[in-house]
Amino acid sequence: MINRVLAIAATELLIAVRNRWVLIATLMMLVFSLALTFAGSAPTGALGVDMLTVSVASMTTLSVYLLPLIALMMSFDAIAGETERGGLALLLSYPVSRAEILVGKFLAHVCALTFATLIGFGASGLIAAFSGGADNASLVALMRLILTSILLGSVFLALGYALSSLTGSASGAAGFGAALWLVLVVLFDLGLLGAVVMDNGGVFTQKVFPWIMVANPADAFRLWNISATENLALATGMTGAADGLPIWAAPVSLLIWPILALLTARASFARVEP
Amino acid sequence: MTNNLLAIAHANKIRGKTPVLQDISLNVAAGERVALLGHNGAGKTTLMKCVLGLTNLSAGNISVAGVRPGSAKARAATVYLPEAVSFHKSLTGREQLTLFARLSGANGGKVGPLLERVGLADAADVRIGAWSKGMRQRLGMAQVMLGTPSVALLDEPTSGLDPVSRHELYTMIDELAASGTAVLIASHTLSEVEARTDRIAIMRKGALVADGTLNWLTANAGLQTRLRVRARPGDTEQVRQQLGGNRINGASIELSCPAEHKMQQLRQIASLGDLIVDFEMMQPGLEELYRHYSGEKLQ
Repeated sequence: MINRVLAIAATELLIAVRNRWVLIATLMMLVFSLALTFAGSAPTGALGVDMLTVSVASMTTLSVYLLPLIALMMSFDAIAGETERGGLALLLSYPVSRAEILVGKFLAHVCALTFATLIGFGASGLIAAFSGGADNASLVALMRLILTSILLGSVFLALGYALSSLTGSASGAAGFGAALWLVLVVLFDLGLLGAVVMDNGGVFTQKVFPWIMVANPADAFRLWNISATENLALATGMTGAADGLPIWAAPVSLLIWPILALLTARASFARVEP
Repeated sequence: MTNNLLAIAHANKIRGKTPVLQDISLNVAAGERVALLGHNGAGKTTLMKCVLGLTNLSAGNISVAGVRPGSAKARAATVYLPEAVSFHKSLTGREQLTLFARLSGANGGKVGPLLERVGLADAADVRIGAWSKGMRQRLGMAQVMLGTPSVALLDEPTSGLDPVSRHELYTMIDELAASGTAVLIASHTLSEVEARTDRIAIMRKGALVADGTLNWLTANAGLQTRLRVRARPGDTEQVRQQLGGNRINGASIELSCPAEHKMQQLRQIASLGDLIVDFEMMQPGLEELYRHYSGEKLQ
């Protein structure tokens, strides 16, 4: 079983490198995180935190938008593309299970994302640390950012496989992927913001809002990174949002989501008739 | 019965409200090569996908090497060549075949010799995206030859192949059968498969309309031999009255008769002497035989 998963993973990784997905993802991460690190270096003095902290804060905001996008771009074609080419029927005629195929692809794509995140955020973090100082806390924050970014990416990878299975065509999956990104990453927060404004500090804002927020993997990612470091919360100006939640809520949400998303992908893949 | 590595019994498949497979029973024994003929959309590919366990039957039963289609054991015992096979264009032929070898648990050392066998040794390390259709088809055949399967399902294996590769492909199919594999070959040209298979099964609109050897098919079709005679100018009507048949233009008459009455008809024509100036006989060909079973009207 492990052999088959590794065989699929090795092949997918080869394809990701050949298709230049690894290169594109890494360059995107590197360019955006470097740009944000230097653009965001101004408030260092005013807040009294080191430059790495500010850099991590900026990169957290970047990661929320960028990683789901890169993950969905990598994964939307995974099942639908194979079906369209006619390769899936052949693959499934081999003694390899659908779960093994899915896990193999997932491993390869997570590796590609990990590489891009390590290079992008790692390089920016190091530059920030050398040019503007760092301490233990901000280094831990950088590590946390990289790890949680990979978790966030893996959620959207698996959701991408589910869409790719359900829509049946690569172009359809791309469209639904864009919609999913827009809803979970952009509109969800806008909707919550609207609800909070309407509620005007009532029961919803106090009790319900934090839980709905943390249920979204993108927000759980943001909350985990920000609430874990006081300085970071200060630097992003998001001090109040996580106050109504226990400390474990965001990590639990972000750890459960990849498993949930993979199970959804597995169930969707089971319905595909190549 | 136990010898039938592939046993399909009363297979039915309904998609929406349309029946795509209707009560199909077909057996392929070890070492037997069976051609599955039919038009596009007759249900050949659907039947193969049911045998692979990719599509579930609505009713009926299929057994592959004694087990349920799609089970791990059945998949390990089956090889498949899809119609117009296509691989990932970013991989090289060697990488693609190595993946299949690893998935099937076959010996990785077979990859190189197999690529050479199908004439892809020079292109083995070129990306498949740059390959021709015939080359992809040959890679498809190479993956079929990776193991020693119980059942081989080949969906139009010769599409896109030149005559030389086609010949080589049938040699490989013979090898598979000789090693005890039950081979099912989907095709839509009878003339291509008749000499290379042991039995011919023909599907029409999801139903099996014939299953037997070429001799059996010919005998059962009861096709008419057509005779065409040209009469001496001016005597066409007289000839028609004596022989029957239809006038097809000013001077010719077409007759048809069952194969066994051919000689009798010929003697009658000869007895007319000078009235006949030319004579032509058209035997039913393989394509006509195929069209008879697959239900297409003769032109």
